[in-house]
Amino acid sequence: MLKHLFTNPLHLVLVQAGFAAAAAMIVVFLAGKRGIHLESETLIAMMRGLIQIIAVGSILVLLLRGPRWTGGLLLAVMIVAAGATSARRAKGIPGAFTVSTWAIAFGAGSVIAIMTWLGVIDSAITSLVPVGSMLIANAMNTNGLALNRLRGDVLAHSGEIEAALALGAETKVSVSPYIQAAFESSLIPAVDSVRSLGIVWIPGLMAGMLLSGVRPLYAAIYQFVVLAMILAASGLTSLVSTLFIRARIFTSAEQLILQPGR
Amino acid sequence: MSNPGSIILRSENLGRVVNGKVLVDNVTFDLRASEVLAIVGPSGSGKSSLLRLLNRLDEPSSGTVYLEGTDYRQIEPRILRRKVGLVTQRPYLFPGTVGQNLEFGPAQHGEVLSQESMDDLLAKVGLRGYSIRNVANLSGGEAQRVAVARTLANSPLILLLDEPTSALDEASKFEIEALLRNIVLGQRLTCVIVTHDKAQAARLAERALVLESGRVVRVGATSEVLHA
Repeated sequence: MLKHLFTNPLHLVLVQAGFAAAAAMIVVFLAGKRGIHLESETLIAMMRGLIQIIAVGSILVLLLRGPRWTGGLLLAVMIVAAGATSARRAKGIPGAFTVSTWAIAFGAGSVIAIMTWLGVIDSAITSLVPVGSMLIANAMNTNGLALNRLRGDVLAHSGEIEAALALGAETKVSVSPYIQAAFESSLIPAVDSVRSLGIVWIPGLMAGMLLSGVRPLYAAIYQFVVLAMILAASGLTSLVSTLFIRARIFTSAEQLILQPGR
Repeated sequence: MSNPGSIILRSENLGRVVNGKVLVDNVTFDLRASEVLAIVGPSGSGKSSLLRLLNRLDEPSSGTVYLEGTDYRQIEPRILRRKVGLVTQRPYLFPGTVGQNLEFGPAQHGEVLSQESMDDLLAKVGLRGYSIRNVANLSGGEAQRVAVARTLANSPLILLLDEPTSALDEASKFEIEALLRNIVLGQRLTCVIVTHDKAQAARLAERALVLESGRVVRVGATSEVLHA
């Protein structure tokens, strides 16, 4: 219907964005009626996301004409931004930004590097940046989930953790059930995405390839390749992040830093 | 093992400040082997904060603690905490069986708690035959007994008790108190008990230390200090 009303492609896409955002805001408004207030946070997040993606889109236009190293530079900037974003889920844990950034750099970065070297990801900027950003974004989400779960569990079980310390346990023993739970729960979305691929959803990348005329079988297999890479990058990120954050929630004298009310 | 009457622990000018708030202020006292010292005072007077400093679950902002003459900062925290065992207000048992909880402490040091030792410990706390019971099915009083046995399984030099009966109902409270009296006094264990209940302090301890706003205001024989 909108296509008939708007012939200018720019106008059309802006109106489409407006309707999509309105749908999200209606849900948020309904949640607000039930006492869950996410209005301002969601509105700011959507505005910020729109501005960021337009900015990146504009930069991509320039990068497509630039040398290949600019793709790597852009991915490095994305990793730092992803580290900062997911570290917010670890409020009260010292050094969460550093741990998150290195975990994403190691998790997503190593998968991007190896897969590009193998030729699974095309080293052309037009392929490397979009696929790399998908891996980084999912690693960021996984890292945020892991840190959020770990923080919640440690705060809820500080008594048990200190009981273990008081019995002479090493710090890693005292938090091991919560590290394991954080790692497992953080990977649920990535595992479910692979599990439900094609049945519950057809991801954007595959849809885009189909729309641009790529053969469906090739598009389907490549989508699986991307999701498997996402799972690898997310798993590695969560593993590194939870291992390194463990050391940050204790002092050098093996005292629990993260405690309720502190 | 220290000789009865010798100083086993010395708190020297111990202090803790968190976010500008003084929780423990310049606390000095000696604890002699085989004695029971009660730390009493109103809510918020710093009793539990002081106890947490004694096994270094929190770091002192000033002063230190000497355990058998050694500055406890020179002792590895894991070793220190094994020697200075703590029973908290709530038992915080680990998921699993009673037996697994008792085995936990010794296992951290590569030791295996024998069945005989486990049976002895459970008998001491009045839970004979409970080793295979799941902790999820215990009453509050039973769980606190397991917490006491779990700490004793480490054979601590000093037992710290942080209001061990405050989270229990009246019946369980007197049961646990009688149990502690039998264990601590019967075995001449060195013990520091935090309580807001002066009568309980009088029943269990020989000496008492009264805290107010983190400072020691009185210390001495329980009968004298608590009636001053």
